[in-house]
Amino acid sequence: MNWLLEPLAYQFMQRGLFASVIVGVLCAVMGTYVVLRGMAFLGDAMAHAILPGVAIAYLLQGNLLVGAGVAAVIVALSIGLFSREGVVKEDTAIGILFAAALSLGVALISSMQTYAVDLSHILFGNVLGVSSSDLWMIGILSLIILLTVVFFFKQFLVISFDPVLAATLRLPAELLRNLMLVLLALTVVVSLQTVGVSLAAAMLVTPAATAYLLTRRLLPMMLVSALIGALSSVIGLYLSYYLNIVSGSTIVLTATAFFLLAFLLKKMKLG
Amino acid sequence: MPHTPHRLEIENISIGYGDKIILQDLSFQVPHGARVAVVGPNGAGKSTLFKALVGILSLKRGKIFIHGESLGAHKDCVAYVPQREDVDWRFPVTVSDVVMMGRFGQIGWWSNPSKNDKQIVRKSIEQMGIADLTDLSIGQLSGGQQQRAFLARALAQEPHILLMDEPFTGVDATTQEVTFGLLDHLREKQVTTIISTHDLNLAASRFDLVLLINHRLIAFGTPKQVFTKEHLAGAFGNSLLVMEDGMMLVDECCPPEEEHHHAEVK
Repeated sequence: MNWLLEPLAYQFMQRGLFASVIVGVLCAVMGTYVVLRGMAFLGDAMAHAILPGVAIAYLLQGNLLVGAGVAAVIVALSIGLFSREGVVKEDTAIGILFAAALSLGVALISSMQTYAVDLSHILFGNVLGVSSSDLWMIGILSLIILLTVVFFFKQFLVISFDPVLAATLRLPAELLRNLMLVLLALTVVVSLQTVGVSLAAAMLVTPAATAYLLTRRLLPMMLVSALIGALSSVIGLYLSYYLNIVSGSTIVLTATAFFLLAFLLKKMKLG
Repeated sequence: MPHTPHRLEIENISIGYGDKIILQDLSFQVPHGARVAVVGPNGAGKSTLFKALVGILSLKRGKIFIHGESLGAHKDCVAYVPQREDVDWRFPVTVSDVVMMGRFGQIGWWSNPSKNDKQIVRKSIEQMGIADLTDLSIGQLSGGQQQRAFLARALAQEPHILLMDEPFTGVDATTQEVTFGLLDHLREKQVTTIISTHDLNLAASRFDLVLLINHRLIAFGTPKQVFTKEHLAGAFGNSLLVMEDGMMLVDECCPPEEEHHHAEVK
């Protein structure tokens, strides 16, 4: 048992573990919508698009999460704005904003002196650098996002599965869709510190895709996805500790292993 | 609940996407409880009309009144059974999940389904003859069963007006009969049903009224009034062949309807 407890002797490890489990669950839950609504590209784009916000916050020595949050919400709403009424196709709008924001972010970061270290932390996360105020912020934001999902479960189900029914039921579909984009953006922001922007997209897609293979209703899919997200975070963090590898990548690789396992299981079942 | 006459009035509506007008200046009135077939060549605007009636496409001009009030004033008034290709069959929902969605208009935003809701769902599923499939994923069903699941949902919605897009295309005979059984049941409840179909024989034999369109209104009335040589020629143009003995043929093979590509709802 010692090998399990040993890393937890360090406070930064405890905080890191908490943070990555919370983020693992959060990404996995939001990820079910990402997978079912075919928004994987959007999640990826959003993750990179928050880079300039992070950079500006860093330059101003403000809170990185706040900077990222502001950038993410701006990007989420502009995607909605550009693609509304079909002036520009949604994936085109995403592609343009994604590239522009990423370039702006890199431009800003490259002007910093500690460029290489900072960039790698932002891109791949720095779970061991989670301070206790960060942890609070991650916890509170995650709680808000998850509660919103609980409150709007029915409405999100209808707009995802059957937009026409949403219209006949007179649901404010546009508003709900934007709310979902904002929640997704905030999820990416929260995962910034543990897995980093470049791996957040993977945590959004992989556990949910795994759960999709194993379940056939939305709520069980969400719960299984959350479990896989949490397990991947814990296992990934221990692997990172003992193998001395960046935690973001061990977490994502663990999640990927779960996916491969589920995929093989499904294949064998189908026969 | 007080029931005013289930009347549907369409006044000079024009509908389209962007600058393109698909349906021009359409006017007709449907009395309560009528069964209306919407007929016309591919791309005539049948699906577009339905999208406007449901409220996902806004009108370029004109007005739609239901019970004398404009569209949108009543919640849960209109139910829609989509074409099968418009549904994501890989979505993780069971038959009972889908039917329960029909109750979401009645269930409050933040409440759980009541006993009454659950009972309506169960009854609707039974009435469509798919009680043994309740807990299956919709992806596991056959085409006809899938359609019946959506019919059950429409039933659970307790609508005043039911719209169905091509329910008779590519379904088995059982489903077709179950569908007509449902239509008879709805007629007793004075529910107005509006159904698009390519099957002119069904339209002529089993509907009260026929709406013949091709980007505009060609004719509206009883099948006898509508299915005349002039009207059919006006709708189908060169696809119509009139034989010497009075027999009329319409050639309609089915490329995907052009209007479907414009669907932008997500």
